[in-house]
Amino acid sequence: MATRTIAGKTVQVNDEGFMTNPAEWTKEIADELAKEEGIDCLTDAHWKVIEFSRVSAKDSGKAPTLRTITTGAGVSTKELFQLFPKGPAKKVARIAGLGKPEGCV
Amino acid sequence: MKKLVILGAGTAGTMVANRLVRTLKMDKWQITMVDKDPVHYYQPGWLFVPFGIYEKKDCFKPKSKYIPSQVKMLQADIQCVEPENNRVILADRTVLEYDYLIVATGADIYPDETPGLNEGEWGKSIHTFYSMNGAVALADKLRNWNGGRLVVNVVENPIKCPVAPLEFLMLADWFFHKRGIRDRVELIYATPLPGAFTKPIANKKLSYLLEKKNIIVEPEFMIERADPDAKKIVSYDEREVEYDLLVSVPLNKGADYIGRSGLGDELNYVPVNKHTLLSNKFSNIFVLGDASNIPASKAGSVAHYAIDLFGENFLRHLEGKEMHEEFDGHANCFVESGFGKGLLIDFNYTVEPLPGRFPVPGIGPMKLLEESRLNHLGKLGFRWMYWNILMRGQSMPLPATMSMAGKWKE
Repeated sequence: MATRTIAGKTVQVNDEGFMTNPAEWTKEIADELAKEEGIDCLTDAHWKVIEFSRVSAKDSGKAPTLRTITTGAGVSTKELFQLFPKGPAKKVARIAGLGKPEGCV
Repeated sequence: MKKLVILGAGTAGTMVANRLVRTLKMDKWQITMVDKDPVHYYQPGWLFVPFGIYEKKDCFKPKSKYIPSQVKMLQADIQCVEPENNRVILADRTVLEYDYLIVATGADIYPDETPGLNEGEWGKSIHTFYSMNGAVALADKLRNWNGGRLVVNVVENPIKCPVAPLEFLMLADWFFHKRGIRDRVELIYATPLPGAFTKPIANKKLSYLLEKKNIIVEPEFMIERADPDAKKIVSYDEREVEYDLLVSVPLNKGADYIGRSGLGDELNYVPVNKHTLLSNKFSNIFVLGDASNIPASKAGSVAHYAIDLFGENFLRHLEGKEMHEEFDGHANCFVESGFGKGLLIDFNYTVEPLPGRFPVPGIGPMKLLEESRLNHLGKLGFRWMYWNILMRGQSMPLPATMSMAGKWKE
């Protein structure tokens, strides 16, 4: 397993740059990963989604689906695509330090 | 008499009922099952129907044939469960009281949840193989179709049998070759996931299959609506994919009564402990099969392995003992890849599908994560095992939890 240093902290990541241990995540890491995803500034609306996703993943053991996020965090799918353009499920998972959304194969 | 109510007499409900009449002292238990549909569908068979490999008659049997005689079977719609009062209310207002409840009403498709899908073109240029009638209608369509762009779209995950859309595409490639019109057909897979294969080793080992078969993947496609007049699907980020024939895997959800009863999550799946299948909220409700929110594939295989472990755990629970937190999300699935071949995958909550040999380590005869003719024959032979072994509540000679023996990491 590879590691990399993000916002001054060394964390475990997979080949695609997704963190593999959610416990190593910090808000500073989220800021930096968001920039890499083309989001310069995380607003309150972003944080609401990120924080909900972290709680959801803690319960379920996996990154939430879009519907879980829209229902649970109270944002519409359209808004979610505006906040995290082009692939919000994957972007939210990466910024929130959760694994990539996966299928069974 | 203790009362056990089982909601749903499909794959999971039937298996568990047949197990429990043998493990419980039946002079002390009254078991009642409820299901609105008298027909038991062999759902894995639906994949084969559009291509003429199976017909409708190969995919169903009467439920009554598989319900143990000691169990009282009610054919009825469920209005709701009142978990605080330990009772189930049926649509005709019949009240069933229970000491223990098993929810096994699975998941079903909800095409109405996506605008444009279930309108004038449903059954014409928009089809599905995720229902018996849908699979039959699609078979009629494919038999005389002259070619064009065939788009398979998964609306949203989780879905039942997550590999089925890929199998459909690989079988379609074979089917159109056989019909001599493959050069006139484009095959496109629009999926909300980041790719057709998302697990690293499967991605490395299997991506060649899609390249070889010229199946184009449109990843991270989250459908907002279908436009049946313009024959295109539109995503939330305003990408458009045109089709001549759309094969949709509509939104999958748990049963509506789960929502009405306040038992479910946003998709009407019941939150449970993923190792014991006990409801997070109620200590006398278990959820088996697709109806729960466990992060495993929604598949009969998962239900089967979970129920292998459930029997003893249920007895422990009845005696007030701690349950073994054993279930690991184990699934074992044949994957059709077309031209008389198939793959086999074996995995659980934490271990992705790996190459290897199965079930005997080093020997097989089945190959994991690799195409072979035997895997295809295994898939066809499985139908017999489903009806005669699994639905009779017999065990397969396979361990319930996943084994690393016989697997290797590249």
